[in-house]
Amino acid sequence: MTIQFNDETFRGDYTFRNSPWAIKRFPFPFHEDSYMYSVNMERHRGGPKGSVYEKRFDVDEHYLSEMKDRALVLAEDPLRCQSLPHMALAGWDLLELIMVSKSEDYPELFDLHRNGNSWRWVNRPMGIDHSFTFLDEATLPYGPMEYITRQTQGDFAVLDQRDDNLWMDAGMVTTQADWSLDFDIGMNFFEWHAPVPLAHELNVFKRALKFLLNVQQGSPARRLNWTMTVNPLLDTSPENYPKWGIQKTELTPGNVGAKQHLRVELQTFFRLPRSNALVFPIRCYLIALQDVVSVPKWGRRLHRVIRDLPVELATYKGFIRNRPLIVSYLSQFDDGLPTSDGIWPDLESEPPLQKA
Amino acid sequence: MSAGTEKIDIIVSDIVKVNDLVTRFEFRRADGGLLPTFSGGAHTVVEMKDGEITRLNPYSLMSDPMDQTAYTISVRRDDAGRGGSLFMHHKVKKGDRMVISYPVNLFSLDLRARKHLMLAGGIGITPFLAQIKQLARSNGKFELHYACRTPALGSYVDELTAAYPNAVHVYFDDQQQVIDLDHLLDGQPLGTHVYVCGPKGMIEWVRKTAAALGWPREAIHYEEFLVPQSGKPFEVYLKRSGLRIRVGEHESLLEAIERAGVEAPYLCRGGACGQCETDVIEYEGEFVHRDHWLEPAERASGRKIMPCVSRFEGRTLVLDR
Amino acid sequence: MPEFTFPPSIKSRPVYGTLAPRPGKAHLMIADAEGAEALLGLAVADPTLFAKAHIIYIPKHTGETLVERLRAAAPEILHLSPSYPACVPRLRRILSDAHMGLQVYLAGTEGLIGQAMLEATNAGIPHSAIQTEHRGSVARRMQCVHCKGITEDVMTDPFVCSHCGLTLFVRDHYSRRLAAFQGVCIDAEDPGNIPAPVELYK
Repeated sequence: MTIQFNDETFRGDYTFRNSPWAIKRFPFPFHEDSYMYSVNMERHRGGPKGSVYEKRFDVDEHYLSEMKDRALVLAEDPLRCQSLPHMALAGWDLLELIMVSKSEDYPELFDLHRNGNSWRWVNRPMGIDHSFTFLDEATLPYGPMEYITRQTQGDFAVLDQRDDNLWMDAGMVTTQADWSLDFDIGMNFFEWHAPVPLAHELNVFKRALKFLLNVQQGSPARRLNWTMTVNPLLDTSPENYPKWGIQKTELTPGNVGAKQHLRVELQTFFRLPRSNALVFPIRCYLIALQDVVSVPKWGRRLHRVIRDLPVELATYKGFIRNRPLIVSYLSQFDDGLPTSDGIWPDLESEPPLQKA
Repeated sequence: MSAGTEKIDIIVSDIVKVNDLVTRFEFRRADGGLLPTFSGGAHTVVEMKDGEITRLNPYSLMSDPMDQTAYTISVRRDDAGRGGSLFMHHKVKKGDRMVISYPVNLFSLDLRARKHLMLAGGIGITPFLAQIKQLARSNGKFELHYACRTPALGSYVDELTAAYPNAVHVYFDDQQQVIDLDHLLDGQPLGTHVYVCGPKGMIEWVRKTAAALGWPREAIHYEEFLVPQSGKPFEVYLKRSGLRIRVGEHESLLEAIERAGVEAPYLCRGGACGQCETDVIEYEGEFVHRDHWLEPAERASGRKIMPCVSRFEGRTLVLDR
Repeated sequence: MPEFTFPPSIKSRPVYGTLAPRPGKAHLMIADAEGAEALLGLAVADPTLFAKAHIIYIPKHTGETLVERLRAAAPEILHLSPSYPACVPRLRRILSDAHMGLQVYLAGTEGLIGQAMLEATNAGIPHSAIQTEHRGSVARRMQCVHCKGITEDVMTDPFVCSHCGLTLFVRDHYSRRLAAFQGVCIDAEDPGNIPAPVELYK
């Protein structure tokens, strides 16, 4: 299939928009009318055709614009991409994983030719045609992790596996939901999750870690996480918080549908073979509330989830001050009808919004 | 998640008798494609169909991790064992088709180490062969101390000493040569990691000596393939499957569950990785916990068992499988 | 000064223990101010170990009193330093000459412990193998997540970043790599609305 790539911004004038195709395939994360943490892992091995789950690394209409935004973030702050010295091999693992996966899954967009360690990578959308020597950093313009993640949507945390724990020892983090790679690099699984309320008491992280330590080559896994953002701003970093925090005060009943965005992370987990590290791609999908509610089931469900979310979670996810405004807006799209189980839009079976 | 990992169909492309006890096997993909690459220290689980019995044994990959055309393993014949090594030595022929797992690494190098100090006993040399090839390519610093029974039984001694004359030291039991462990561990630069693979006694000795000399726990790595020990037969009811099974004297609980056609998750099959952890619904008797995974409180609770290596003695055992 | 008990906090907040003798080839002890008392506790627990100890001590405001007691406990080497930065070249040299089996004991303020630990881990010692005991001030080293500057000896919440001037609130989220806690702009969503500073742990 041919993807029409948007030319849009994720800052300043915020021209980001989702096409009807993007809205329909959006990874709505709620399978029921309420939300609590869980170790909601499943195998990452395909999904319905055309869905965001189908390919190993999903490419969509926002690809080129996201890469442009990433380049801007890195120019302003190079510390968003760091790799501790022992993670060089893991960086090559990641480069190989992404190049092989994308050239196989999107042959019309990417090519990979390999002759021993002499590789040639073609990225047609970005106009890249590059020959280099695998495992030789001198033949790439950046380290391998930075090189390939400048061409791949989503953030990447590369985790060293040691001492029955995972250590965030490398990453490319420019679309994060308010955490700092520069601060967290070197921390282990429990430490970098330390600020998350309630989850530790529920043993969510202990069980998640056990699972992740045993993710094996050839058997990747995935799960969804979510939060909310004002404006389609990808770079909601702590570093820039003084710049974007103020946007939370700009919501009004008139603009909340267009400005408030649901932000969903499709998190995947791949074992990296040569280094035995684990890569944790965090792919961010944004959608304006007014587009979410265009799917009747999602409109009903989102209202109920946000209305009933525990205050600790709404605070941690950064929208507590605007919750009343958001809930009030969403209530217009909740006619009280029951909703089907699962995350899919179910447009054929779920009735349209019944006006009161 | 399904049992174990992804599987690969392979053909036994070469069999070489290394010495009286050890035979080397080479595997290539049956479809002629490339094998997955791996990290030094990884093993593969080989499926052996021995008549009615299916055995699954882990073997360290000794080949170069960068070589994706073939894997090699070395199997030490154990006449007193449960039959896996005997099957490999006597029943497997060149050209046979077999099934192996994707590589799994439970004994990986700590790539932050300033120096990798390797201690091998007997067939424990195998994971180091792959790790040394990996380190040599990346200019990593390593030193190997390898204890063998006799020169005749010193698998790969010649190959190693020829390739790395300054980094490899060999000790033959029959010449009363013993690794001077205290001396060896004393004076290693800060940031050295020690890795030991060999018989249980050797592993205990290294761990205790290093701890007594003040080495931090995180700098000591070991791999021991716990072979499931035999024990009295016992009966188990698998509640979810509705099956009553009998665990024989020479098979593990996990093997009995698999023999009954019930899928149970596993990974290392040696009591170390936690994947086969099984919930106990009901029991009347005593557990024989032989794993390295459960916490003492979990063992005492009677609510969990690791079927790959642990057993049970008593009247009733009901499992959630 | 009585020992301070830190209230339980998030998983990334360092937790300190009590120094205890451990088997080892050599023993390196670093302390500031009241941290000397923790080292003296070690001397009582195992005088023979103490006799092999190499101590780096920064007295700060405690003057000579603790120095005299440390001398009296007869460590093999006692080096007095006027400040932590002044002793770093010496510390790095000791660590680069050291061998596996070196035991490291750190006592005193969080700032000293964090920075000395960083030197030791950079030299190849796992952080969990390093013993720590907190004594004395509860002042923190804070990194401003916005400008990356580190403000030393922070005793109030919020506080003003000594580099960029933003007012930051104090988080318990801690980075071993930076040996500092995280400070985040307190009035990003409400510029100018800054609560009065409160002393830490009051």
